[in-house]
Amino acid sequence: MNYEAIKHPGLNLGSAHGRDHDAAEGMVFGFWVFLMSDAILFSMVFATYVTSVGATAGGPGPHELYDIKSVFIETLLLLASSFTFGMASLALKYKHGTARLIGWLAVTLVLGVAFLGFELHDFASMFSKGAVPSRSGFLSAFFDLVPLHGLHVTGGSIWLICLVGQIAMYGVDTQVKLGLMRLALFWHFLDIVWIAIFSVVYLAGLT
Amino acid sequence: MNTIGHFQYVCMKTNRFLSNADCSPLKKMQRLMHTEHNNLRKPSSRVEPVPARRASLACVAALLLAGCSGDTHLSFLDPQGPVASAQRWHFVEALAVLVVFVAIPVFAITPWILWRYRYGAKSSRYTPNWNFYGPLEIASWAGPVVIVVLLAIIVWRDTHALDPYKPLASDQPALRVQVIGYDWKWLFIYPDQGIASIGVFALPAGRPVAMQLTSATVMQSLHIPALGSQIYAMGGMVTQLHLQADRPGRSLGENNMYNGNGFHQQRFTAVAMTPEGFDAWASEVRSSGIALNEQILKVISQRSTRAELNAALSQPRSPDGNFYFSGATAALFPAVVMATMGGTMVAPAKAPQEPANTAAPAARKPAAPATEKVQ
Amino acid sequence: MNLSDILQQPLGRMSPESLPFWQMLHDPTEGNVINGVIATGAASMVVIGAIIAVALITKYRKWGVLWSEWLTSPDHKKIGIMYVVLAFVMLTRALIEAALMRSQQAFGLGGGFLSPEHFAQLFSTHGTIMIFFVAMPFLTGVINYAMPLQIGARDVSFPVLNSISLGLTAAGAALVMISLCIGKFSTGGWFGYPPYTEASFSPGVGPDYWIWALTLASLASTLSGINFAVTIYKERAPGMKLMYMPLFTWTALCTSIIMIFAMPPLTVATAQLALDRYLGFHYFTNEFGGNMMHFVNLFWLFGHPEVYILVLPSFGVYSQVISTFSGKALFGYRSMVMATTAIAILSFGVWLHHFFTMGQNANINAVFGIASMLIGIPTGVKVYDWMWTMFRGRVRFTVPLIYSIGFIYLFVLGGITGILLANPTIDYQVHNTVFLVAHFHNVAIPGALFGLLAGYHFWFPKAFGFRLNERLGMVSAICWIFGFMLAFFPLYALGLMGLPRRSVAYNEPSYVPLEIAAFLGAILLTVALVTLVVQLWVSIKHRDENRVFVGDPWDGRSLEWSVSAPPPEYNFAVIPVVTGRDAFTIAKEAGNAYQLPDTYADIEVPKNSAMGPVLGAIGLALAFGLVWHIWWMVILFFAAAVVTMIVHGFARDTNRIVPAQQVRQEHRRWFDAVAAAKAISREDERKSANQGLAEQALPGVPA
Repeated sequence: MNYEAIKHPGLNLGSAHGRDHDAAEGMVFGFWVFLMSDAILFSMVFATYVTSVGATAGGPGPHELYDIKSVFIETLLLLASSFTFGMASLALKYKHGTARLIGWLAVTLVLGVAFLGFELHDFASMFSKGAVPSRSGFLSAFFDLVPLHGLHVTGGSIWLICLVGQIAMYGVDTQVKLGLMRLALFWHFLDIVWIAIFSVVYLAGLT
Repeated sequence: MNTIGHFQYVCMKTNRFLSNADCSPLKKMQRLMHTEHNNLRKPSSRVEPVPARRASLACVAALLLAGCSGDTHLSFLDPQGPVASAQRWHFVEALAVLVVFVAIPVFAITPWILWRYRYGAKSSRYTPNWNFYGPLEIASWAGPVVIVVLLAIIVWRDTHALDPYKPLASDQPALRVQVIGYDWKWLFIYPDQGIASIGVFALPAGRPVAMQLTSATVMQSLHIPALGSQIYAMGGMVTQLHLQADRPGRSLGENNMYNGNGFHQQRFTAVAMTPEGFDAWASEVRSSGIALNEQILKVISQRSTRAELNAALSQPRSPDGNFYFSGATAALFPAVVMATMGGTMVAPAKAPQEPANTAAPAARKPAAPATEKVQ
Repeated sequence: MNLSDILQQPLGRMSPESLPFWQMLHDPTEGNVINGVIATGAASMVVIGAIIAVALITKYRKWGVLWSEWLTSPDHKKIGIMYVVLAFVMLTRALIEAALMRSQQAFGLGGGFLSPEHFAQLFSTHGTIMIFFVAMPFLTGVINYAMPLQIGARDVSFPVLNSISLGLTAAGAALVMISLCIGKFSTGGWFGYPPYTEASFSPGVGPDYWIWALTLASLASTLSGINFAVTIYKERAPGMKLMYMPLFTWTALCTSIIMIFAMPPLTVATAQLALDRYLGFHYFTNEFGGNMMHFVNLFWLFGHPEVYILVLPSFGVYSQVISTFSGKALFGYRSMVMATTAIAILSFGVWLHHFFTMGQNANINAVFGIASMLIGIPTGVKVYDWMWTMFRGRVRFTVPLIYSIGFIYLFVLGGITGILLANPTIDYQVHNTVFLVAHFHNVAIPGALFGLLAGYHFWFPKAFGFRLNERLGMVSAICWIFGFMLAFFPLYALGLMGLPRRSVAYNEPSYVPLEIAAFLGAILLTVALVTLVVQLWVSIKHRDENRVFVGDPWDGRSLEWSVSAPPPEYNFAVIPVVTGRDAFTIAKEAGNAYQLPDTYADIEVPKNSAMGPVLGAIGLALAFGLVWHIWWMVILFFAAAVVTMIVHGFARDTNRIVPAQQVRQEHRRWFDAVAAAKAISREDERKSANQGLAEQALPGVPA
């Protein structure tokens, strides 16, 4: 490993990518900064949730609503998708070929969509129990936090599809590389947020 | 009736020096008494209120005025109680520290620098690259640090001493008052006296008052500057405030948190009376006030100023534009807190100009309102 | 919101009643007529202003130029200028509103001429506009213009994103302007506390206008913050260490970081309020577990750092101005940097002082009170260091320096009243009175606006190549300073006399003289603004006498003065190498400020992009649809926004090359001007002899 590689470990392209590596410098750093801002957004929504847990206004609370089995499956799906995105990043960095890259991305997308499917199913079953967001402050806060994460995953999935489209049109060019690096950060970030949701909302709610 | 009325009228006349316009119930009363006198003299087409009742209410108003003369006290710089006078002292103390140690040095040194080192002053020393001098830097940091430490001590001490939740030290038991903020009037409930009032907050001088506050509508802030702190009143929640008046007198009371068109009229007069005067007033209100029932409460909870409330109430009222109620119980205040929290409070009248297709809030409320706990 | 609703109400809840003159025509009472005429007049000003602008652009065939040279330009300098233009337009409206409110209160004993609702809309729009559409665009514009030049960069890191930020800000401003013509704005004040702004108490469109205008603005500011921070971290010229950066850049960095962290709470607060209003959630309602205290916390978690977003860039301007016009290095640079960062960090720990009166216990109040006063320490250090910068300098009383002096005096007073308010026990008395109004104007006007105006005068010659008229600038500055004093000092007294803020009328005759004084102050402030406009007019007329093409009219110290005025689009023909603080002064003293390079290289600059104006327009349409519940519009423009962003992702070849030959030509032309210009002493700084070349004295030797 040369000095540059040691200086910038982790999600990067490496000097083998020449100019693309330099272009990533500002762009990926900018995305990190954006993620910090997004993290604040999530933390505010977490704060709202934590201070509203008791505000059920006589309506259903965590124990009646949360289905830990389903949530556990969602967690596994999302963690697996982070792993497969990691494989995609490696395929990009070490130039394993476009087919392998797209393959890993496709698996990631499938896992992400499956996660969303399970989540929507959870929401539907909560709705059927009368647990709609307008029922109580607690449910408002729940339906702020968890779907906000879900919306992020949806956005990430759309972005992923667009990047695959760009690969189809232009091949793995600079912009695709930069896009994949940023999406990777985004995807892992959402994973971390989900871990927090899993712990703070579901585990803490059910204990 | 005539005797009492005339007696008051004479009292009013003699109080020439009472010049403050609105918040003095005196002025209003004067005007109203004039009308009443006219009414008595000339047959009027209006439906006359029950004369005896009205006379008693006039008497309530008179008791309010007994012993309090002079202008309404507007400010904590003209304090009427221990809290406000401590606040005035704290204000002066902090201001003095800041003026002496912050403002005066800067204000004095800056012009000197500007003059001495103006461009035209070629003989003054010029050091274009001089950008650091340790002692001066240290002084620049140390000065503000010392001032802030000094002020921090004052803040810590006074914030605890003047915590509005802290009961005031006194050898007398505090008078309990529960305050409900409506749009655009305050309802003061005296649960131990079984009475309530709007537009006037009567209290015995020399005895602490322990207030509980809530709002039946939006956030409001109760403030009687000459007596002490302000505190927010919020729907479904209860806040507390402790005040005391040292001597009889009238003070301005208001809502400081904007809550709609009648905001600027949500004022009242805090009237401190002698203890005997207060007891007399309370018993007078008890015997002659409007009975505070559910229906009356419903009218009060509509968005209205005091004048509009006057028009809406069919009951006889006091000639000073304020309202006095009997039959107020300690259960009323928690009931309003619960109702606000449960969404069963009477909703304010919808603005008529709004198109009909705004989603009606009622439609999206769950069928069973929850009323299980007070935060 | 089902299909039949959309078909039955293609205009949502819009109706003829939404027009400002409807009520006046239907119920022509005296009050309604007065308010209707004022509202209609304001709406007509917006409409007529827009028509005149369109007509003029059409007449002079400037649509093409406007589109290709300005609206779609990714050049940080042009974007900066457009931000400042937006700020001035909005300042005009908000200042007129302020004067109207002052006149209402001057006649407000027992009534006045405005209806309470009209007055409430005035204070709500005034506050919203001044914060989000005057101060924010103004400072964003100034940072945009000056910061990349100061750090020796060709542009910001993300030029198209920069243009999108501008588009979104302009969309928010346009939404507030539209609210004058159709419907009514919020009456809930600039912080829109629920539950008053909830659907059950404010069912109209007002709070929705407020929510979506703020959403657009806060989104734009978040993106600007990210853009600036990354630019400062990544685009500095070789050799420019963090501790070599000009102080304005430091303040820009701190402001950007605050933007990144402080805007999300606002976004969350307004989004949750929107969910309450549109979908019946219970975040801030009285009932069903809602809690308005959440909003209050979220809002001020944004709101207090926002105060420092506003004042820090101005602190930076003052640092540059005082140092430049004292002909002296900034005293205590390290202290200044430490103080700036300390303020930025502390700003996140004091939000609770906006609601000492909400019933928390004495420990919490005392801690936050003391934390608030801590900010006084770095601020005090800054004031002292500005004084020591002038000490042993050669102070030239130019317009920016006059603003700076006015600032030092008035800001000390504002700081003092701020520390008074940071005492919970005093706050219990003056909170929500006009004392508070006086205080925050006392920090916002001298603290933020004066600094930005100083910056406007300071950098105007750089941006346009000629100096502004000095005499009119001076008149305006004096009017701002004394107008401010006259308008706001009486409010301190009124606050101590118990006048609550936002009172449309009052009953105490003793308030009247003070209210009249404040009204006269508002007139003086209006005169100050008019003078600024006249100054611009006169300066443009006499621009040829005041040209400073060489680019260094004030004997500047940082890199922006080392290039021509106006600078080329790529800023620097050759990226400078920095060896210390005050990089340009070092170069001038060493005698190598103006040098021809041996070779020139091709320069890559971003191509024009329509993303900014297009996303701005889509954002405006989307917000308008949301305000009026025009659901087809919401769906259409939401889809349009998504598609636009996707399509933008597919764009390639977004850069173009400025050939070395062209760079060479432009640089040589400027260099010839430098060679031909006569260096002037500071004596002649404000005469037409000033072509932008400063005479150099040897260090330490009086000139």
